Amino acid sequence: MTTALNPSRRKFLKNSAAVGGGLVVGFHLPTALAQSGAPQPAPGAQINAWVVVRPDDAVIIRYARSEMGQGSMTSAAQLVAEELGADWKKVRVEYASTNEQVRLKRPWGDMAAVGSRTIRQSQEYLRKGGATAREMLVAAAAQDWKVPASECVAAGGVITHAPSRRKVSFGKVAAAAAKMDPPKEVALKDPKDWTIAGKPIPRVDIPDTVMGRQRYGIDAQMPGMVYAAIAQCPVFGGKAKSYDAAKIQGRRGILKTLTIDGDNAVVVVADNWWRAKEALKDVAIVWDDAGSGAVSSASIMEFLKAGFNEEVVPVAKRAGDADKALAEAAKVVQAEYFTPFQAHCTLEPQTCTVLIKDGRVDVWTSTQNAEATHATAAGVAGVPLENVYVHRMQLGGGFGRRGAQDYTRQATQIAKAMPGTPVKLLWTREEDMQHDLYRPASLIRLKGGLDAAGNPVAFWTRVAAPSIIATLLKLPLKDGIDPQAVASFSDLPFSIPNVRVEYAQRNPHVPVGFWRTVGHSQNPFVRECFVDELAQAAGKDPYEFRRSMLTSAPKDLAILDAVAQKAGWGKPLPAGVFRGIAETEAYGSYVACVAELSGNAKGEIAIHRIVVGLDCGYMVNPDNITAQIQGSVVYALSALFWGDITIKDGRVEQTNFHDYRLMRLAEMPKVEIVLAPTGGFWGGVGEPANAPVAPAVCNAIFAATGKRARSHPLSKEGFSLVKA
Amino acid sequence: MIKLTVNGRPRQADVEPEMPLLWVLRDVLDVKGPKFGCGIAQCGACTVHVDGEPMRSCSVPVSAVAGKRIVTIEGLAQGGKPHPVQQAWIELQVPQCGYCQGGQILVAAALLRKKPNPTDADIDEAMTNLCRCGTYARIRTAIHAAAKSAGTKSKA
Repeated sequence: MTTALNPSRRKFLKNSAAVGGGLVVGFHLPTALAQSGAPQPAPGAQINAWVVVRPDDAVIIRYARSEMGQGSMTSAAQLVAEELGADWKKVRVEYASTNEQVRLKRPWGDMAAVGSRTIRQSQEYLRKGGATAREMLVAAAAQDWKVPASECVAAGGVITHAPSRRKVSFGKVAAAAAKMDPPKEVALKDPKDWTIAGKPIPRVDIPDTVMGRQRYGIDAQMPGMVYAAIAQCPVFGGKAKSYDAAKIQGRRGILKTLTIDGDNAVVVVADNWWRAKEALKDVAIVWDDAGSGAVSSASIMEFLKAGFNEEVVPVAKRAGDADKALAEAAKVVQAEYFTPFQAHCTLEPQTCTVLIKDGRVDVWTSTQNAEATHATAAGVAGVPLENVYVHRMQLGGGFGRRGAQDYTRQATQIAKAMPGTPVKLLWTREEDMQHDLYRPASLIRLKGGLDAAGNPVAFWTRVAAPSIIATLLKLPLKDGIDPQAVASFSDLPFSIPNVRVEYAQRNPHVPVGFWRTVGHSQNPFVRECFVDELAQAAGKDPYEFRRSMLTSAPKDLAILDAVAQKAGWGKPLPAGVFRGIAETEAYGSYVACVAELSGNAKGEIAIHRIVVGLDCGYMVNPDNITAQIQGSVVYALSALFWGDITIKDGRVEQTNFHDYRLMRLAEMPKVEIVLAPTGGFWGGVGEPANAPVAPAVCNAIFAATGKRARSHPLSKEGFSLVKA
Repeated sequence: MIKLTVNGRPRQADVEPEMPLLWVLRDVLDVKGPKFGCGIAQCGACTVHVDGEPMRSCSVPVSAVAGKRIVTIEGLAQGGKPHPVQQAWIELQVPQCGYCQGGQILVAAALLRKKPNPTDADIDEAMTNLCRCGTYARIRTAIHAAAKSAGTKSKA
């Protein structure tokens, strides 16, 4: 398969102008279509930025964010199609173009697929986009029939005028509709009337994936393409002092050796990737560690601990007087918790293909933030934004890793050194493991005060952790607080009268980033395990203790109850089996988990059952939500039992999947899912369910073994996962 | 020149004998179904069938498979119809990102050929490929479903 290098944009413009009657303003052929090699169908009439209708009634819905397995390409289209009144069987989804996004002043809004926000933060304009297009199609039909538009109804891709029993399909009126003025106001359907949204519709990208037709960033291919392998300085922030490529001179296929990123990385370019990678091993590189060569996990731990010596630090939440209440409490519980650096491990390593030719830049890549990819390529290549074309490919996993554009920056530098030649940069797994943007390591101390009756009266915590916002995004922190570092503490749902949440920003040299569920992947573990410690100190049932504190948090309480009920909390268990429970808000959704497990003196933990519940308000695709929860449990358990990036001599010690272990199928416990949508709001789906799993498991481990695991991974705490 | 059969077509490649099969397929023969995930036979994203047996092509020198029949995910379907495992994968909506799924499907297809009615323990033992998205529960269900549908068909 050959990828078209120059999408025939001009031709398309001409054709679509003819078909669309002049309304179409410059959408080039969508990449996926151009790459499919299939005969190009007749272009359609663009009703608005989201909807194109072809004469054969096919409806193309544009998708602005990214598809990385979270299923939003389908669910976003479901929302548009619902309001459009489309026939889902005739819907195709294609990526919106970042080039047109630039030229047309962002008609698609935010293109980033991060923060579980593809539905919750675009639902309104997606639905309005569908509804607006529907009104224009209806108006065109009504005008043709000379009847009031208010008497016409659009459904199933057909407009019907019941009084005169006339019908017309979308394709027939699309060209006329494209000329209509869009309505200023549109009414949106009540979700209870949905027929496409809210249904478990199969994902649009799955057949291609299953049949081996799906194209990922790593699959970009074009004539004359060359391949780049990269060695980045193993110590973060360092660079190559010198390198000697004498050994690979004249070797078969080797085309070029260069440094990029201010000498931070050495690159070998060859006629296939394996040759480039093998040759790079034989390039003798002398690294300068920029003074970080002695940093270790132990020194980072001391560095985090020093955050507790600071007298005054920013306060993320304050209620009453926590110090006074702790001093007067009948009982005070104290604890320190730690969560380590974690790697994303997208199964597709970082990769990007760039061609720079005659002032135009083409980029083929897997990205969670296509606009950032676009801007990065333009900036590095030194061309106007209008001259860049990002061809979006399926992502082989994202999990937050592919928002940052380090790989695009690198590939563009290499392509700049080889103008006219397409260059594919691909990282090895080892580079990927050792040059990630890791979930921050975080050290957290807590104190909780109980009155004589065992009611919580005071809660204090200090988080000592790096700031992703300050170091990766380089943005100023509002009031000194990184919201991710204190997530689930700063918005504590508990009715405790005296609370203080503090943040000591500690940034070691290890680069940090957004790792699926971000702060909610670690802080709910700390909070919900500590709540268990308080319940134990109060002599109360952990579930009832939580209920008593959630009196002013009805949604938290509702999902806690739903999961406890499904799990049969309080009912007898087989001998040796114990339960743990946890609940939190995350990404605008409410999630809870009950774990049932058994443990022995050797620390062997067998998980018999995990029950996870989610209330995301409105559900757009229930089957996909189930899939996201199933996946989140695996993600959470991998991190809990084994995930651990450690530092020695300034560099990451782990290199590949043999020493950074991920869960495999045989280890997967039985998971039951409770979808408990209460409607009335839009919560995220891709990340929340990661949050309550670790604390529920650790609380159950305590119940089973009497041992409180306050640090991850559990493999370092003397626990192992065995089959139930 | 190394000769092999890829998805029923005779192919040849002028490459070093030690070049892994994965890279011959991907970069020389433009067969993109097998994916690169780790390079050390840990993840299985590069799985292909070599004379019917699943192998992790990132760690197989091409010289070791000269003259053999290679089937990749692109070549699993016969006569334009999805393989029963592929059918089950679509029906049960198994993939998330899908990057590992070509490999998973090929391992599952090989398992079903040997054991038409695999137990959960058989599935545990055979399905060692990594899925970072965590589709394991659906993989298990889909294998049982494929076994059932293939069984139904052979009885019919």
